[in-house]
Amino acid sequence: MKLAVFTLIAVLAAPMAHAVEYTTVLPKQSRVDFEFRQMGVPVKGGFKRFAVQMAFDPAKPEAARATIEIDLASIDAGSREADDESAGKLWFDRSAYPKATFVSKEVRALGGNRYELRGALTLKGRTRDLVIPVTYTPGMAHATFDGSFVLRRLDFGIGEGMWADVATVANDVPVKFRIATTPGK
Amino acid sequence: MSTANRYTTTAITLHWGVALLILSAFPLGLYMVDLPLSPDKLKLYSYHKWIGVTVFLLVAARLAWRLTHAPPPLPDGIAAWQRRASSAVHGALYVLMVAIPLSGWLMSSAKGFQTVWFGVIPLPDLLARDRELGDLLATVHMALNYTLAALVILHVAAALKHHFIERLPFLQRMGLGRKARA
Repeated sequence: MKLAVFTLIAVLAAPMAHAVEYTTVLPKQSRVDFEFRQMGVPVKGGFKRFAVQMAFDPAKPEAARATIEIDLASIDAGSREADDESAGKLWFDRSAYPKATFVSKEVRALGGNRYELRGALTLKGRTRDLVIPVTYTPGMAHATFDGSFVLRRLDFGIGEGMWADVATVANDVPVKFRIATTPGK
Repeated sequence: MSTANRYTTTAITLHWGVALLILSAFPLGLYMVDLPLSPDKLKLYSYHKWIGVTVFLLVAARLAWRLTHAPPPLPDGIAAWQRRASSAVHGALYVLMVAIPLSGWLMSSAKGFQTVWFGVIPLPDLLARDRELGDLLATVHMALNYTLAALVILHVAAALKHHFIERLPFLQRMGLGRKARA
């Protein structure tokens, strides 16, 4: 009898202990968007395809990690013409650098459901450290992680030559993402 | 000296101001669309839009002025059908001068680019972003512009014909040449 109870507790407890670690990303509910300013006009864009590997346990946030790989060919740069232009050498130089990669280094809990995600973004062969505030929202169907940061495009050589003029296309590009996840199996 | 066969100074100023802006925006539009994407292209698009918004506002002022100030009567000796044609063309010009900037604004919204007048005053986006609708509105904008171009040619040709061939005191109406004697 005792053994049966222990077994039952063990069986019940085991999945619960792991149930809170979010590792499975839902691509349809996730998004990576940006908004750049062109001639003072905000233009919305985003990436349709990106792969996220992550693990997040709210009980151990400092152990969380995330890797995001963005397929730059899936860009929506506001117009077809800009989509095509963005592939060129002056922008992403996509044939040489088809992906943008973010790799987390550290996660700090800021209190409540807010965290600070620190890591390195590699874009067009250049790597820069980023500090990204992220809000975690638990939910019934899935949990979401919303983050935003300002990418300075010239730090990565995005828009060189004639495009380096920040009066035409601003240097600061606000980036917003939402990653929807469910606990892994 | 009578001003009976001359538009008011306000109407004349608005007429030529709008004419000048349209004569800038039209070739600019034709030129800019085929340029490869570059910062210059983005600048020209912005200037084109700023001119368009300005035309729209000036035309609103013209309409308000026109509705409260009767134009000078046409000189005697102009056939009845020409009088009817004249008011039809003037009506159509007004419609186009409103519809063209409006179609440009809507196209810009549909294409996902908000119009910000002089880079300072944002106009609301009346349409959500929709690339197909944007392309359709681009066609509409172009068709309206070619219609306007045809009507402007007719408008100018008619004025020149009345003035130079029929030798009627015509261009004075719009402030050109010496002011007509009564």
